[in-house]
Amino acid sequence: MSTLFQQLINGLVLGSVYALIALGYTMVYGILGLINFAHGELAMIGALIALTTIAALSGFALPVPLVVAAGLLAAISVCMVLGYAIERIAYRPLRNAPRLAPLITAIGVSIVLQNVAMLIWGRQYLSFPSILPQGWHALFGARITDIQIAMLATAFVLMFALDALVRRTQLGRAMRATSQSPQLAGLMGIHADRVISLTFIIGSGLAAIGGFMVSAYYGLAHYYMGFLLGLKAFSAAVLGGIGQLRGAMLGGLLLGVIESLGAGYIGILTHGFLGSNYQDVFAFFVLIVVLIVRPSGLLGVQTIDRA
Amino acid sequence: MMLYWKSSTNLYKAWLSYIALALGLAVLPWLVQAGLGRSWVRILDFALLYSMLALGLNIVVGYAGLLDLGYIAFYAVGAYVYAILDSPQFNLHWPLWATLPLGALLAGVFGVLLGAPTLRLRGDYLAIVTLGFGEIIRIFLNNLNTPFNLTNGPQGISLIDPVQLAGFSFAAPHHELGISLSAPQQYYYLFLAGTLLIIFVAMRLQHSRIGRAWAAIREDELAAAACGIPVRNFKLLAFAMGASFGGLAGGLFAGFQGFVSPESFNLMESVMILCMIVLGGMGNIPGVIFGAVLLTVLPEALRMLGDWQLNHLGRVVVDPGDFRMLLFGLALIIIMLYRPAGLLPSRQHRREWSGKA
Repeated sequence: MSTLFQQLINGLVLGSVYALIALGYTMVYGILGLINFAHGELAMIGALIALTTIAALSGFALPVPLVVAAGLLAAISVCMVLGYAIERIAYRPLRNAPRLAPLITAIGVSIVLQNVAMLIWGRQYLSFPSILPQGWHALFGARITDIQIAMLATAFVLMFALDALVRRTQLGRAMRATSQSPQLAGLMGIHADRVISLTFIIGSGLAAIGGFMVSAYYGLAHYYMGFLLGLKAFSAAVLGGIGQLRGAMLGGLLLGVIESLGAGYIGILTHGFLGSNYQDVFAFFVLIVVLIVRPSGLLGVQTIDRA
Repeated sequence: MMLYWKSSTNLYKAWLSYIALALGLAVLPWLVQAGLGRSWVRILDFALLYSMLALGLNIVVGYAGLLDLGYIAFYAVGAYVYAILDSPQFNLHWPLWATLPLGALLAGVFGVLLGAPTLRLRGDYLAIVTLGFGEIIRIFLNNLNTPFNLTNGPQGISLIDPVQLAGFSFAAPHHELGISLSAPQQYYYLFLAGTLLIIFVAMRLQHSRIGRAWAAIREDELAAAACGIPVRNFKLLAFAMGASFGGLAGGLFAGFQGFVSPESFNLMESVMILCMIVLGGMGNIPGVIFGAVLLTVLPEALRMLGDWQLNHLGRVVVDPGDFRMLLFGLALIIIMLYRPAGLLPSRQHRREWSGKA
């Protein structure tokens, strides 16, 4: 029982990170109908920037929260600039091109980001400086660490903030209008290009935070980490219903739990035939099953073309 | 009368150029071996292998307009089928005519399994699902050494039998009638035959009912469906066909290389093959082959840049290998932005991509 509870906690924590990254996919898809392949790589860049900044500052005997905040701030700002640049350079000129074109540039951008990161940070795994508090609390026979609590809290605050932004502010209304019809939104005096840029910027900031959290949680960062992270976050977005903000949140949490429970119990279920080294496969199977059974996702609206 | 005469000289000229091309291709490995050495004949072999792969992917991307980002996974399936059935791994030594078709068939089956749920959705889903599949297959290849050893895990399968056809081994040099053929030269002719076969099939497909249906789907799916084309079935056919060509090339690769490991089948390989057809010109067979040859030879030439640094500067300041993938990624972006139909585009694609379709 306590193992089950432990797996649930771990799954929720990981799932909240997937949800943060999934929000970026779903926001961009909602407005442009485009899968931004480079989004996972932004999370990777965020993680590596935060790690480098924190490693550089940890020699100065500064208070830990300040160091973490500086690392996070650096990561967020770099990723926001990158996100803006990517949209401007690689996607905007192709907005009226055949469908294949932005998909191909998207994969090009993600390869470029990956290899630039490899040139800067090298091929080896970088370990996260161990400055974060290591405390933990007992909870129904399972343990939850301080880092996990902080991750859950941050993720939930950010998700609620984004939800409020999209539902209640002027910018949010402009975003929703643009996603329904960029042309009509333009007629209503909305600067569609600016809204799209802001969407990329917000999504990239969230990706940076997500990337930072993953690397802090596992204590590792690597130039290739963005690929699987991106794939999982995308699966989460599809599971919840791509284009739906609340869907991405739900999908992320659910995927985290599925993955954690799956990795924990696959050995027992298959009598040791498959082991927990297949953890990374679950997201993919969830993606395939959702696409077969309910392509519009859990919270999605059934439409013919979007599907 | 005049007209007839003119067209017959054109035909005559066309035949002349075909014969010249055939002669050129036939003597190429001899010239390369004499001029640049045997290692360059091997590079030539790889160029042909990649041409086969690129032509297979071209059916999916260029003809049907579907983006497949995990193409190398099908190559891996073909390669592992050959490796498992023709190596000391299980002490099996099946004949070529059994393993190659089996690899192609299995790759095609995987293509259908993957395509069936995704192809009725928009193209973006196919892209990301294939991207994921490419990675998943690598996880399986890496881990299927337990509980029973199917793929030998990360170490890969070695000592794979060379390609053998009716008692003729392509790996052993032959001396017949005063001509001595080296192993890479023999593989060259084998791969050339394979490439020509795929070119033939691709050309026949392109101008058939099926090819026209693919073009219609690529240009406007909705209109194609309205014309009575069973869109999903044709997409699935393109996808499965591309996959089985990949499987075929994979089998040949395993026999040629003698060794397969999961690391040969990573995402970068898929991206490289995509880059070949995007660079060369989607949907255009000469363009695709040009892209494949260019992108196989160029990294080797770049490697010489590293040797040059070692000789003249005493150490490798900038490792060209590190920049290879970066350049491919940049090429994908720049080509899409400035010359979306590729360096050698087909007329039809140029029209589509210039927005005047």
